Amino acid sequence: MIPPRLPKSALRAAMVMAGAGMLALPHLLGPYWTNLLNDMGIYAILGLSLNIILGHCGLFHMGHAAFYAVGAYTAAILSTRFSVPILWSMPLSGCLAGLFALAVARPIIHLRGDYLLVVTIGIVEIVRIALVNNIFGLTGGSNGLLITEPISIFGYEIFRPAHFYYLIWSMAALTILLFYMLQNSRFGRALNYIKQDDLAAEGSGINTAHYKLAAFVLGAVWAGLIGAVFAAKIETVSPQSFSFSESVLYFAIVILGGAGSIPGVLLGAFLITGLPEIFREWQHYRLFLFGAAMVIMMIFRPQGLIPPGRRHYNVWPYLGSFPRGVASRNREPR
Amino acid sequence: MLELIQQLTNGLAVGGIYALIALGYTMVYGVLKLINFAHGELFTLGSYLGMSLLVSFALAGRLSPPLAVLVIIVLIIGLSALSGFLLERVAYRPLRQSNRLAAVVSALGASIFLQNAIMLIYGPNYQVYPSQIRLTIAVSLWGLNIPMMRILLFAASVMLMIALYLFINKTKTGTSIRAVATDQGAAKLMGIDVNRVISLVFMIGPGLGGAAGMLLGLYYGQIRYDMGTLYGLKAFTAAIIGGIGNIPGAMLGGILLGVAEAIGAAYISPAWKDAFAFLVLIIILIFRPTGLLGERAADKI
Amino acid sequence: MDILRLNGLSKRFGGLVAVDDVSLQVEEGGIIGLIGPNGAGKTTLFNLITGNYRPDEGEVIFSGQNITGLLPHRIVELGVARTFQNIRLFQEMSVLENVLAGCHCRLRAGLLASMFHPPSQKREERRALERAIKELAFVGLETQYANYAKNLAYGSQRLLEIARALASSPRLLILDEPAGGMNDQETHNLLALIRTIRDLGISILLIEHDMNLVMKLCDRLVVLEYGAVIATGVPGEIKKNPRVIEAYLGTEDPL
Repeated sequence: MIPPRLPKSALRAAMVMAGAGMLALPHLLGPYWTNLLNDMGIYAILGLSLNIILGHCGLFHMGHAAFYAVGAYTAAILSTRFSVPILWSMPLSGCLAGLFALAVARPIIHLRGDYLLVVTIGIVEIVRIALVNNIFGLTGGSNGLLITEPISIFGYEIFRPAHFYYLIWSMAALTILLFYMLQNSRFGRALNYIKQDDLAAEGSGINTAHYKLAAFVLGAVWAGLIGAVFAAKIETVSPQSFSFSESVLYFAIVILGGAGSIPGVLLGAFLITGLPEIFREWQHYRLFLFGAAMVIMMIFRPQGLIPPGRRHYNVWPYLGSFPRGVASRNREPR
Repeated sequence: MLELIQQLTNGLAVGGIYALIALGYTMVYGVLKLINFAHGELFTLGSYLGMSLLVSFALAGRLSPPLAVLVIIVLIIGLSALSGFLLERVAYRPLRQSNRLAAVVSALGASIFLQNAIMLIYGPNYQVYPSQIRLTIAVSLWGLNIPMMRILLFAASVMLMIALYLFINKTKTGTSIRAVATDQGAAKLMGIDVNRVISLVFMIGPGLGGAAGMLLGLYYGQIRYDMGTLYGLKAFTAAIIGGIGNIPGAMLGGILLGVAEAIGAAYISPAWKDAFAFLVLIIILIFRPTGLLGERAADKI
Repeated sequence: MDILRLNGLSKRFGGLVAVDDVSLQVEEGGIIGLIGPNGAGKTTLFNLITGNYRPDEGEVIFSGQNITGLLPHRIVELGVARTFQNIRLFQEMSVLENVLAGCHCRLRAGLLASMFHPPSQKREERRALERAIKELAFVGLETQYANYAKNLAYGSQRLLEIARALASSPRLLILDEPAGGMNDQETHNLLALIRTIRDLGISILLIEHDMNLVMKLCDRLVVLEYGAVIATGVPGEIKKNPRVIEAYLGTEDPL
């Protein structure tokens, strides 16, 4: 009845060892590969944030780059205009991305499946066009913004890939932990009910519009936060980084890795950033192959590489403690 | 005033292209309830194949240019229809029974695949249509200089649309397409081969889309591997404006969008031209998701 | 005191009048059956009560409160739970999680509590689990808690929908063809189950085609034809009502 699970102590030991390995990595790998790991971490966090909307709640959202852009540009504008240290602006980046998501998602939240997809594509394109057109005279047009302020946290200057590595991956670890908790909660379940059948969810007493919106805002806040880190890391924020095809990449990370599955999304981010580096001569074929992979996966493995596992509930204290009802003579065929 | 009319004619020409592409979206949606995201790429493919054929045949001098263009357009319609047929077989038919969202992802994958295939073959830069073929003369009408190309383009798209309209409404095959779009189950019971109809729709739509691609190449003279995304989305907007699944609606929507865009670009701001179409799309989907011509329907519970 | 009162409810789809000026009452603690030929507008009427459709005219009064036009989840929160005619379970989720969906509106954990799992959230989750198991035991499915909903037999899926509805602590339970697809034994058990639910103080409004079940179970019947009420009364009267007999004549539902 109960699926076998690793004993908690073994799990803890494995996690400690993995953690120690992760801490040592940048010293073992050198700046080039560390930088690749940083990209991977950013994509992982973006994938996880999109996973809330697309994976857990099943909303076909392909405009995630728009929220990411709001975060990155907020940080870049605060840095270039007001000399705000770029990492201090992270909370504001997250908040503005969340508010932006709230504003744009609210009127479209009732749209179904493919219609929502098309509208979110429209949104990310409008945002990109707005950035290129130097909206409000703040975004620097198609060249974007160059960040010259030094980046520091608590007086400790961050410039080497290894510094970013610790920043990005501690953020990733926190994201994984929090999203894992979220997945195993009333909130996480509500998103899954909506994904499965939003009409039945509403009819079971779940405020579906509220949760869809909350999923959008939460995903956007996280995209905004990591957008600020991205701005700090890349030092030039420009519209090319937030195109429709970027959004397609995040989408592919979630769908190919396994929608609704944290390990799946991590694997997806790993593959999508890592593979093109390993097979450098194939780099031009990257999107070509992703496209083919998307078709093939949908035909043969639509649930993704690592589909979401089941939640575990400790029901043993309650089993058998209630009188069985009058319908109890119904026996299930085994 | 003259400026306005100039823009109007430009809008009509581009609108004709949108309408031709939109027909493919609307017909596929009609029978499968699926947005064929790869449709924009079939349009691009038609455009590139047209260029290749023009370069290799017409310039060899065996045919006179107008005749060559005509022959090649017919060839392109055939080739695009074939690509559409293959696309449906490979990327959509295996997913007919699975959930709709898997089909949408597959459509998206096919779109990315095709776009990048075109890029890998032809390169990421703009490609130029042979200038010898393109008509540069203009017609003077009531003091207006209207490029001949513009008139021909509009005439060609209207002709294709009339042909489609007659085919759908006056032939037996057209009737079976309409039957499948209305109720697939009932159509099957009436002895209509639904698979054949779906294949057919996936040939007609891309055929018209490919023709539109070639017309666009002739009109603007340059094409790029990723133009299918933008044209596809705009044509989809046009299909939505007319009410998706509605064939005359798609024609009307395409022309409306082309004209609105041309006027918007001229009088508001050319830099925001593309954003304008998306804004229209979003607003229509929010307030009238069944299009200007459609009726609101209730969900089945 | 009536728990539910419909006043002149109408709903049109285009030119078709699906529900035509329907008024009816459900007494507190009653079991009311809604019957009528296929396409009479029974399910549409349910959807008007549960907020899935908005009526064109008329009002829905639940427990003295006007709930017309409220969103379905609000109506569930107020105490009206439903099941669906074509079973709508969360097929890819466990039986237990399906029932937890019903508990949802009685839980409070918000986004932050769901992310950080403070003790109050953990307590609440335990309470929800206990409640869900209790409802599963009540319908006789607690040993199936870890199974996927899609793996249950048809009759059990209907029971699971009832358990999910009960988990939201309703005062009025709306059942849309609860015996649909059940065999005789299952239908027999269902009859006892619905009576037990009523004995717990939950009023019941149901659509059912199994006349045998309806006649035995219901305190009162309302007959719908072409969207309008053509008769209402105790089962014995309805059986003899000439208009009802006429409405059913020639349809496959034997009275």
